[in-house]
Amino acid sequence: MKLEAVSVTLRQCAKTFRGQRVLEPVDLTIEAGETMVLLGPSGCGKTTTLRIIAGLETPDTGGRVLFGGEDVTPLPIQRRQVGMVFQSYALFPNLTVRGNVGYGLRIRRVDPAEARRRVDELLAMTELTAHADKPIDELSGGQRQRVALARALAPRPRVLLLDEPLTALDARLRESLRADMNALLRELRVTSVYVTHDQAEAMALADRIVVMSAGRVEQCGTPRDIYHRPANRAVAQFIGTFNRVAGVCRGDSLSTRGGVVPMHARAARDGDAVEQFFRPEDAQIVHPASAQLCGSVTSAQFLGERTRLKIDGATEDTLTVDVPGRIELAAGTLVGISVRDEGWLTFA
Amino acid sequence: MSARTAPRRFLTALQFALTLALVAFLVVPVVMSVLAGITVNYFRGVASGLTLRWLTEVWSMYQGSVWLSLEIALATVCITAVIGVPAAYVLARSRSRAARVVEELLVLPVALPGLASALALLSVYGGFGAFRSSMWFIVVGHVVFTLPFMVRSVAAVCASSDLGTLEEGAASLGATFTQRFFTIVLLNVRPGIVAGALAVLTLSIGEFNLTWMLHTPDTKTLPVGLADAYASMRLEIGSAYTILFLLMTLPFLVAMQWLGVDPAGARIARRVKTRKAAQNETPGVTSTSVEPA
Repeated sequence: MKLEAVSVTLRQCAKTFRGQRVLEPVDLTIEAGETMVLLGPSGCGKTTTLRIIAGLETPDTGGRVLFGGEDVTPLPIQRRQVGMVFQSYALFPNLTVRGNVGYGLRIRRVDPAEARRRVDELLAMTELTAHADKPIDELSGGQRQRVALARALAPRPRVLLLDEPLTALDARLRESLRADMNALLRELRVTSVYVTHDQAEAMALADRIVVMSAGRVEQCGTPRDIYHRPANRAVAQFIGTFNRVAGVCRGDSLSTRGGVVPMHARAARDGDAVEQFFRPEDAQIVHPASAQLCGSVTSAQFLGERTRLKIDGATEDTLTVDVPGRIELAAGTLVGISVRDEGWLTFA
Repeated sequence: MSARTAPRRFLTALQFALTLALVAFLVVPVVMSVLAGITVNYFRGVASGLTLRWLTEVWSMYQGSVWLSLEIALATVCITAVIGVPAAYVLARSRSRAARVVEELLVLPVALPGLASALALLSVYGGFGAFRSSMWFIVVGHVVFTLPFMVRSVAAVCASSDLGTLEEGAASLGATFTQRFFTIVLLNVRPGIVAGALAVLTLSIGEFNLTWMLHTPDTKTLPVGLADAYASMRLEIGSAYTILFLLMTLPFLVAMQWLGVDPAGARIARRVKTRKAAQNETPGVTSTSVEPA
């Protein structure tokens, strides 16, 4: 199946509901064939952004939505040629699996033989051939999700929009469907916009991630950019776990309660209060004598491949440090912590 | 021990008394009425013998009323469906305060005595002679009275089936408003329409208050005829009339029970199919069939 991929551009798209700004003006370009993930907590404006692209909401005056070179702002959803997968799937209970997948083709009066061929192809691609003639209420959650995807793809959309499509499923199924969906999106090279609040999902699927909070785009970048070079604290705190080391500047070092670490914050003078950050996996447990920071273990949570330690006394905050799973440490053990040089992060 | 059994015994006695009272007031009158309709002479009791004479007499005298009632009921159902389904759809979709006000106003004719609605209709339209003496005058009264039952029943299904998202789904696939309404909305609110139609049908056939005020000698419906028969003929004929009435409305009541509709028009039971489907799933995927709320 070949799809004509177009780029999507948002220009100054804002949204106000009853006098309340839920989305600040957004400028965003999604390249043709790219998978863009909108990530953020609930109420951050990600779903509103998706619905503006879909044509289910109109942006406030001045906002523009472009598909390729075409300005689609005044077009309602049914004339935008988008495919949409809803969180609740929105499958038609009055139709069978085949009826659902073929609905868009019937509406567009595609030649029945051609429509049948295309539906069969999509059913095979989503491994639903055996369920083709079942009504929707006889399907499992995972099967429904695949029907929703097949239905959205059938009319060959220019853009595929997915609104938390895996949220309703349980964790294991979510992971396997995520992999299947990733393979499918890569194979079809369809321009996709994917909304989620699950950072693991975002990392696994995205070419680029847009992190949003409180109606604003906080950062837009590749998953590695977002994880290793977060633009600000909001992004850093939303993606993964972060440790804060607060202290006082002493020349090239930062002096804190449980020791001294190299200074990475720029433009700080002696005596200034400074803070810098590191991720749990960027620290190592070392002998207290040769450590940057010393503290005592308050809890050790065994997670299989790793053990997550909570350490008190090294800084004002409790630190979280990940060590290999085989390391066993009792609560109360005095430990030393060293942080990899490239693991330090600072924000303006 | 006796301290525990005494209250329990009392409770049993109370339950027994309640059951007896219910039977005495609910079942016995119906049975007696039916019996009266088929006994030769009610005052001499069943011993006088059983007969179908009264039933045939009622049929020959009042079959016009039977057909008229059915015609009025059918016309009422058609009109309430044509007006009520789109109205319910709009009311269920709208979040505006005006929609809530309209919803409340619709129920007003049910809260008001039928006599009052009838009086209002008579005082405004009573002067249009041809209209006044046709069955359509009664149909109008019945539509006013039964419309909320259709609207509520359909609106309940609209609200519960997440119709808004279904429509967005259809729109994303290219369907215009008209296409969505006929391929998605109507087919998915069908249970509500069927439930509403059955409720309207039974209500229309049984309506007396309003109809009694609106009827003319030429437009005598079934309940009006019943009152007539009770008032002016021997008891056996009135009772036979009751049997006729029961025979006509029972099928609708059974259908409503079967479809899980309560007389107020709301659907109480989900389709049995959904339950069956949950059992049919293969064990491997059962845990994954969590339905989104």
